[in-house]
Amino acid sequence: MSLSPVEGVALAEIESSADAGGPAVKGVVGRSPGQLAWLRLRRDRTAMVSGVLLIFFMVLGLAAPLIEMVYGIGPREQFQNLLDGFGMPLGYAGGVTGEHWFGLEPGLGRDIFIRLIYGLRTSLFIAFAAALITATIGVVLGALAGYLGGWLDAVINWITDLTLAMPFLIIALALTPTITLRFYGERGQVSSAFGVGVLIGVFAIFGWTSTARLVRGQVIALREREFVEAAKASGAGLGHMLFRQLLPNIWAPILVSFSLAVPQFITSEAALSFIGVGLSDETPSFGRMIYRSLDFLQTDPAYVFFPGITIFALVFAFNLFGDALRDALDPKSSR
Amino acid sequence: MTDQPLLRVRGLTKHFPVRQGLRSTGLVQAVDGLDFDVQPGETLGLVGESGCGKTTTGRMLVRLLEPTAGSIEFAGRDITHAGRRELRPLRQDLQIIFQDPYASLNPRHTVGRIVAMPLQVNGIKPPGGIKARVQELLELVGLNPEHYNRYPHEFSGGQRQRIGIARALALRPKLIVADEPVSALDVSIQAQVVNLLRDLQRDLGLAFVFIAHDLAVVRHFCQRVAVMYLGRIVEIGDRADIYERPQHPYTRALLSAIPDVTRLGPGGRIRLSGDVPTPLDPPSGCRFRTRCWKAQDICATQEPALVPRDGGNQATACHFPEAVGASLLAEGAPAGDAAGAIVEEVSP
Repeated sequence: MSLSPVEGVALAEIESSADAGGPAVKGVVGRSPGQLAWLRLRRDRTAMVSGVLLIFFMVLGLAAPLIEMVYGIGPREQFQNLLDGFGMPLGYAGGVTGEHWFGLEPGLGRDIFIRLIYGLRTSLFIAFAAALITATIGVVLGALAGYLGGWLDAVINWITDLTLAMPFLIIALALTPTITLRFYGERGQVSSAFGVGVLIGVFAIFGWTSTARLVRGQVIALREREFVEAAKASGAGLGHMLFRQLLPNIWAPILVSFSLAVPQFITSEAALSFIGVGLSDETPSFGRMIYRSLDFLQTDPAYVFFPGITIFALVFAFNLFGDALRDALDPKSSR
Repeated sequence: MTDQPLLRVRGLTKHFPVRQGLRSTGLVQAVDGLDFDVQPGETLGLVGESGCGKTTTGRMLVRLLEPTAGSIEFAGRDITHAGRRELRPLRQDLQIIFQDPYASLNPRHTVGRIVAMPLQVNGIKPPGGIKARVQELLELVGLNPEHYNRYPHEFSGGQRQRIGIARALALRPKLIVADEPVSALDVSIQAQVVNLLRDLQRDLGLAFVFIAHDLAVVRHFCQRVAVMYLGRIVEIGDRADIYERPQHPYTRALLSAIPDVTRLGPGGRIRLSGDVPTPLDPPSGCRFRTRCWKAQDICATQEPALVPRDGGNQATACHFPEAVGASLLAEGAPAGDAAGAIVEEVSP
């Protein structure tokens, strides 16, 4: 890391005083703690590199249909003519050519590159949606439990403990096929949106506990501070207390837990799809691709290479960025 | 003085239950039966050592704590157990300034938002807009109105306390409870802030309940003084009476402890032996008897009432009060005077 956070703050202060001394007539503008954190983040090279990588992945995911148009190949198109008699892609490295950048799937002959782009979109969408829902549930329940205390705190804690005690994988294994069966019956064609929705739902049910615990602890620590009492003495209501006074002070840990939850959901989605309870084969996703590629590990190693590297880079970038974000938001905690 | 006091407190009591697991194992008798009045525009000082219940009293007055017993009447209305909605119109007349200027301002809000908070919470739209009113308030407390957009971490302790005062003034209150507003500040800044409060009190006709443990500051600021010991008022009276003619032994001991730069050596200092008894199990009768050099049998059995002596404004809860004529000066201990003068000199 090039600059320590302390130097970052000092620089920020020098800059702000330079602003004040300048001829600008716009008046004195202070830097919020958030702006200071942003300055620290911008000086962190790891954060910038991982951040740029993340933005790149997100743009790829969002622009999947555009890329399909430019690339000219859809995720469900099959190129059987480019496979040999055993269903293996012709050519080197799993059939990498100028036309099929990452080669073809053995067996079905679908293009790996465009399936990766769509898989990226699926993974990121599921992970972000699940992280948003869990963060919202966690923040609301945690803040209520921490601020109001009493029996509500006891009940919410009890529910949190109960949720934590449930084995995630087993419930997910039992729940997902049951729900799918209930909605679609024995033979119905399961739409990919439904599979995605079920996955997000399963994540939402199990993922909110850590955020709720975190927020509850932070709110309890803040509750006794005098600025909260000042608001109370002015007659502020519950909504003002929670969302105006308390939440702005705990954005930092919430943001960090959010940015670390996203890669966790990406790997969970891949894991669930891998063991076959997640998405159907119809929906492009990392988990399904890696699962299918295992059969061809010896005959076509390039098939496992591309999705494996992509998911690794994605999760690694998210984790690095989350760590850097924590350092920037709370300079006292960094090494 | 008018007939109707602005604030009328009778038998105000706060007991905190001590819990071990689910069982309640005792009661901390933090405040036990306070009676006092505050007239409009009057400043009442509440002094006493740490843990005697000053802050608890202040928080009950603005209803941050629920009183266990007793009554608080504000402008003729009983607010002891009023709900949030009932309190809302009264909140505007009753505000609090906090002790710690570093904890009492939300670090994520700009100064403008902090000072505007009471206006927004109560849905008040001042003529000329909220921003104009906030800048007017900042100017009133001696801050640059251009600092509207700054954050609390950019200010010094004294400036932060001024922001806290501006916030308390936003609703144009009639009574401000100041909970040790200067004890977290440097001495030079203390004088500035106390003088600011005094000017505001004069200009705006505010009444104050001024909680402090610094007797010199209280002498400088307050017209009346109540001395507390272990959750009770032991003596209450006009400033001059309390400082020059203390009748309660505890008040005398407290006044004798004020450091005096004009004298060397410990002469005249009344040394109390032992510690303050635990409020979990206060002594019977007079609470001060365990440390009082005048204590006799009656002090353990009978609780002295807070009664005015000799028909004056000064009330003392003691079986053996000092004779009215016996001033501290006569005993060669001009402690109170000298300490009061220090603040006067520092003030600009």
